[in-house]
Amino acid sequence: MVKVLLWGTLRHATDGQAEVEVEARNFKELLDQLVAKYPGLEPQIKRGVSMALDGRVYREAWFTEIRPDSEVVLMPYMVGG
Amino acid sequence: MALDTPKRTFKVVGTRPARPDGMDKVTGRAMYGADITAPGMLIGRILRSPHAHARIKSIDTSAAEALAGVRAVLTSADLSVPEDEFIRDVQDNCMARGKVLYDGHAVAAVAATDAATAKAALKLIKVTYEALPHVTDVDAAMKPGAPIVQDGRTLENVPAGMSANVTSHSEFGHGDLASGFAKADKIIERSFKTAATHQGYIEPHACLASVAGDGKADLWCCTQGQFFVRTLCAEIMGMEASQLRVTASEIGGGFGGKTTVFIEPVALALSRKSGRPVKIVMTRDEVFKATGPTVSSSMDIKIGMTKDGRITAGEAHLRYSGGAFPCGTVDMGGQAAFAAYDLDAVRTFGWNIMTNRPKEAAYRAPGAPQAIYAVESVVDELCQELGLDPLKVRLKNAAKKGTKSSYGPTFDDIGLVATLEAATSHPHYTAPLGPNQGRGLSCGFWFNFGGNTCVSLNINTDGTVGVTEGNPDIGGSRASISQMAAEELGVPYEKVRTIVADTSSLGYNDVTDGSRVTFSVGLATIKAARAAIQNMCARAAKIWGIDEDAVEWKDGAACPAGPNAGKFPPMTLAEIAAVSAETGGPIAGHHEVNADGAGVSFGVHLVDVEVDPETGATKVLRYTVFQDAGKAVHPDYVEGQMQGGAVQGIGWALNEEYIYGEDGRLQNAGFLDYRVPVASDLPPIETVILEIPNPGHPYGVRGVGETPIVPPLAAIANAVSRAVGVRMTELPMSPPRLLKALMSKG
Repeated sequence: MVKVLLWGTLRHATDGQAEVEVEARNFKELLDQLVAKYPGLEPQIKRGVSMALDGRVYREAWFTEIRPDSEVVLMPYMVGG
Repeated sequence: MALDTPKRTFKVVGTRPARPDGMDKVTGRAMYGADITAPGMLIGRILRSPHAHARIKSIDTSAAEALAGVRAVLTSADLSVPEDEFIRDVQDNCMARGKVLYDGHAVAAVAATDAATAKAALKLIKVTYEALPHVTDVDAAMKPGAPIVQDGRTLENVPAGMSANVTSHSEFGHGDLASGFAKADKIIERSFKTAATHQGYIEPHACLASVAGDGKADLWCCTQGQFFVRTLCAEIMGMEASQLRVTASEIGGGFGGKTTVFIEPVALALSRKSGRPVKIVMTRDEVFKATGPTVSSSMDIKIGMTKDGRITAGEAHLRYSGGAFPCGTVDMGGQAAFAAYDLDAVRTFGWNIMTNRPKEAAYRAPGAPQAIYAVESVVDELCQELGLDPLKVRLKNAAKKGTKSSYGPTFDDIGLVATLEAATSHPHYTAPLGPNQGRGLSCGFWFNFGGNTCVSLNINTDGTVGVTEGNPDIGGSRASISQMAAEELGVPYEKVRTIVADTSSLGYNDVTDGSRVTFSVGLATIKAARAAIQNMCARAAKIWGIDEDAVEWKDGAACPAGPNAGKFPPMTLAEIAAVSAETGGPIAGHHEVNADGAGVSFGVHLVDVEVDPETGATKVLRYTVFQDAGKAVHPDYVEGQMQGGAVQGIGWALNEEYIYGEDGRLQNAGFLDYRVPVASDLPPIETVILEIPNPGHPYGVRGVGETPIVPPLAAIANAVSRAVGVRMTELPMSPPRLLKALMSKG
């Protein structure tokens, strides 16, 4: 299981939980499992999210490996100028 | 791709070779967007709304179409309605559909044989409007009963009962705020506002579109991302991407504002309708009115601090307006606001609100300067109130490796403490100040990112090297890419030439944004060079009749790897390239990647100002920028980014603002009335580059382009506030605003 930290406004979809656990070995599985377990997250995930894995931010990269002890933080899709 | 070694010695990287675009730019040879021409070219012009908000009841183009020399007239009726909401917003911003949403919103366009005819034709287009109530202030737009800019755009994360102008809400942070504030000896709460400002690039938007009868099309334009332009235009035009080739011209500044399209789909549609190439060049008035400024903002900040300077809790409420369309920039501000601090209790709440203003476009580190201005202002005021040294307080609270950031992830190696220590020991910090003078400082932060990147590197038979990359050069990337290729291959910088490819010549590259290019294109170039080296070692092995594994690359040549490989004189790159046809054909290296590991960036700015108590005018006396560059590939360009960010920030802090009248129309759409800093306004901007290697890049490179615009707003506000003895809470701190503050002080 992987622990995923969510930003505040996503907690409405997880019964107020700031951190949830899902079974996932990579970013793609993480997103799929989050949607399956918490359907209320789907609109935001469809709009786009980034993932910070052990402090490193990924904007896409579905097959980035996630270890069970990794720090995983879901973030809005990053944009820059 | 990890850092090769923390203590690598470089030969080319870190030097300051002549910039490859310098000669072209100073002699006028460089081809900017407006310099492109084509045989039979028509001139396109756009009719824009005089209303801040109005329903379009009818558009009669018949008289314009009948005018001699007019070859095409376009309205939104000529364009299909895209299903994708994001694309639809981009298109509706290029050509209004049903309603005009801001002063300057495009309603129709013409293509004619010359500019005078096109201009005359615009006057013949009859648009009947029904004026609607408008709102341009972010706080007013959030109130119940405010005029609704667009209905039905609110996301699921917005609580029920709010104005329909509120499109999104976000919240970040951790810890127990109440408990944190209870530990504080001093709590300050302040509200702040910042004006929308424009990126202020010197080159107006310009493009030339040519659609052939068989549907193939070419588009030349000044842009930060030709591939993204292709994506947007192909979607809007209903074309396949392969049929639209987009070529980026030389670019006269972008700063984020050229990461989308404004006129390109219009030119393509006019060209398709007329069967002729169509060129559109925006006037400066159009650039201000109809291309994206940054968000305007209104913010409430609350921070608690102990007597010895430890921040116990921080809270921010950010209200941003990205104009007449939904906008996610507040999310970036909410994440960046407290990023410089190691806090147990922190929370930011963000709201995006629509107003009758042009659609926001990115501007260096979008969303961060505003939020950090507000937070750093309150930190400075707490230092004043508690009699603490503002640099020591920042050092005491600084984020470092292992800090759980205010937006969630735990930081890896970061350079904030090093930049603060550099500022502390710099003579600027202790230099004496005179009457009416003040010194301010601020930390700054930006995320940086990598993204989709392709590079092709070709070894020419004469021993020179060509690198093809896909990102327009907005900050010296052709030089830094050439340097990294030269470093890796072991050849002189002068032997490498880097060019920017069109969309048909290379795989997809993300837009030049997020301070990503030197990081990610550099990373791909290093990998491409290593692929070419592997190929060259294999050729040498063939020539020598030894195993490929017995050859290594040293100082620009293939060499036998150890005594058992045999005794052969090294073969240089040029020698291998000269016989490439005989040894297997052309030699090249390629790399395609969605790069990650960009590594966050921190900076500290220190500024001295003097405020004239009689006029309220502020003079910047001294300015020093400290920033972690990871590894400065071409220090001139890094310093240029640091200085440029500081200067843009000075403008934002002191003078620049979109000013709207009661009628909702922009009052200052020109450089005479929208005042950007000029050379005579500025002192020399001193720079101190720190190099804390980014563990996610083989040479340790971090992006440097955006962080420098983050600290100036707060640094200057803190300096001005200390100079005048009044805490300034609204930007810009223009002379009338400062004079009012001085007079209210008595």
